[in-house]
Amino acid sequence: MKIRANGMHYAALNAAVRDSEETDIEISGCGGQRYLGAGLADRKIFVYGTPGNALGAYLNGAEICVDGNVQEATGDTMNGGVIEVHGSAGDATGYAMRGGKIFIEGDVGYRCGIHMKAFLSQHPAIVIGGRAGSFLGEYQAGGTIVVLGLHTDGKPVIGNFCGTGMHGGEILLRCETLNVALPAQVRAERIEGPGSEESAALIREWCARFGRNAAPYLQAVYYRLTPNAENPYRQMYTPN
Amino acid sequence: MELYIRPDYEIVRNESRCTVCRVCERQCANELHFFDPATGRMRADESKCVNCHRCVSLCPAHALKIVKTDDAYRENANWEAQTMHEIYRQANTGGVLLSSMGNPKPYPVFWDRLLINASQVTNPPIDPLREPMETQLCLGRRTVKAERDEHGRLKDTLPPQLKLSVPVLFSAMSYGSISYNAHESLARAAAELGTYYNTGEGGLHRDFYKYGKNTIVQVASGRFGVHKEYLETAAAIEIKMGQGAKPGIGGHLPGSKISEDVSRTRMIPQGVDAISPAPHHDIYSIEDLKQLVDSLKEATEYKKPIIVKIAAVHNAAAIASGIARSGADIIAIDGFRGGTGAAPTRIRDNVGIPIEMALAQIDARLREEGIRDNVSLIVGGSVRSSADVVKAIALGADACYIGTAALLALGCHLCRSCHTGKCNWGIATQRPDLVKRLDPACGCKQLVNLITAWKHEIEEMMGGMGINALEALRGNRLMLRGIGLTDTELRLLGVRYAGESL
Ligand code: SF4
Ligand code: SF4
Repeated sequence: MKIRANGMHYAALNAAVRDSEETDIEISGCGGQRYLGAGLADRKIFVYGTPGNALGAYLNGAEICVDGNVQEATGDTMNGGVIEVHGSAGDATGYAMRGGKIFIEGDVGYRCGIHMKAFLSQHPAIVIGGRAGSFLGEYQAGGTIVVLGLHTDGKPVIGNFCGTGMHGGEILLRCETLNVALPAQVRAERIEGPGSEESAALIREWCARFGRNAAPYLQAVYYRLTPNAENPYRQMYTPN
Repeated sequence: MELYIRPDYEIVRNESRCTVCRVCERQCANELHFFDPATGRMRADESKCVNCHRCVSLCPAHALKIVKTDDAYRENANWEAQTMHEIYRQANTGGVLLSSMGNPKPYPVFWDRLLINASQVTNPPIDPLREPMETQLCLGRRTVKAERDEHGRLKDTLPPQLKLSVPVLFSAMSYGSISYNAHESLARAAAELGTYYNTGEGGLHRDFYKYGKNTIVQVASGRFGVHKEYLETAAAIEIKMGQGAKPGIGGHLPGSKISEDVSRTRMIPQGVDAISPAPHHDIYSIEDLKQLVDSLKEATEYKKPIIVKIAAVHNAAAIASGIARSGADIIAIDGFRGGTGAAPTRIRDNVGIPIEMALAQIDARLREEGIRDNVSLIVGGSVRSSADVVKAIALGADACYIGTAALLALGCHLCRSCHTGKCNWGIATQRPDLVKRLDPACGCKQLVNLITAWKHEIEEMMGGMGINALEALRGNRLMLRGIGLTDTELRLLGVRYAGESL
């Protein structure tokens, strides 16, 4: 099904997507409509334009591909599915996501992957082509975030306060040197290659989706960030 | 060396009654009673006592009582024993003091300074045993544009509503902070009573999906257990912005309390801390809040009312005015005496304002601005009796949330040691041997009894006022008079002083 979204209210657009008999949906002229695909399971949505905030919130298995940039809170509390963005993403991408994968070709804003968690077989992942803003992986409790650092503006691959409050999961940063201060609860280790077959698979998938040759990414140097402790606040309290 | 802190309580055992049956020893999770083979008598290590009265209640010989120690420091009205002990505790450990249940400090309780009216002569009272009384109510947005279809018939444009048979709901308590059996008791009682219980931010256990019609699910900053099915199963969704016991502070369930079952419900790994900080990291304004409200509505196809819960704080009225414009259907306000499974002592005891004041001001503000019917108001944060409920409704609430009162009905003895995870009454614990002390069938019955009794009392008080429907009581402040209140308090509560006639 094809939908021309120009000027359409988000509620009408979302209802059209939800009520569609077909699973494959192409949306053109998307301009800021929010909550696209919220909670959906069995849809393949292709979007031309710029969807609004909370694209794919509570996504439950659907696949969304965007030819353009996306705004804030993409994949908020996502439980499963794939979001692929041929462009950059705003703040809080993948907020509290528990499952599924987000692939961003360009950069992400602040607080990407905040509260990301893993659960049983669900292991969420975000792969970012460019660089990430400050507070990447804040309170991260599980899952994998990969930042490939393809950006060309010369800035560090991450901003400040990466992994603040982190207590699970891992962050992989492709860079030769890590010249950014990390909070005390984060441990960084320099590794050749992505470290695990799971991470390599994620990187290969990102390359396939955005038409890149995977070899140079698989051989590069990465910094692997993991939490120092699973219970960072255990020592903080005194029963009264 | 650690500073010694003398126990607050003494365990008095009547030796002539004690049969050395050792029930107390088996019942105490704090392991303070023990058998002394040398004397053949029972003894107790009082330093471990939290005064939960489990042993007192279960001693078959009625041989036990717990008394406040009369061991006294040098008298000092400024430095009370508790204050001194808190300093010793922090000097010993360097930790933030952690407490549980509601603020125990002697702040004024305004419920107790409000008196309810009754009819005499001119406007006769109504006998609830004879006349129908309407205690049913709906919660949700009431402002709708009337629309007609092509045949001129009214279209149903009413936004989703929660229907209650009594103006009392069970407030948010997460699985993790309270036990499986406590949750089951609440869920079953809510279903039987025709009201709702609230999952808190800990997710919804698989076994309880069947009570979905009577369940309010919470979405907090950590988004524990939040997924499509969770949202869809519920009758309503509550966005937790704040909690009365710890405004501005988030939740933190230590990894040690995350059992396998709790981890499955929260959808996080076992043993890892569950951290849900105070802020939602995507909410910095009413517009941002509206975005979360709208995204939840989208995800559930506009079928569920959305509740936004805030703590009663200084600017509650202005904040509520914003929330009433955010698309939320219901605002829940939690006063500073509200309970908690764990909160930093200083926050619990010093932050926030009484629910009575917050409610009176919010209701007045929303009316002034002509947006009162945009939302319903649920208030909690120490509603202790049916009289408190009646007063709350007269001050402008639609319904009340009860937490502590519900736990008391389950057997809680307010020992305020929930944060230790060793609740001897099977409520605030995950230890299987303790959890099984609370039988959900009994728990459910006790809750049903309590609310049924309150319902009768509410009807009686309403009948006394000559009011036969909750709707006519809501915001009817003329039914209240203040006693022992200052002019400022009267003004803020919007009530007259006792004795002041119309
Ligand atoms: S439960 Fe009562 S009778 Fe039994 S040992 Fe304890 S104090 Fe004695
Ligand atoms: S729930 Fe249990 S631990 Fe908490 S106050 Fe009540 S009896 Fe004590």
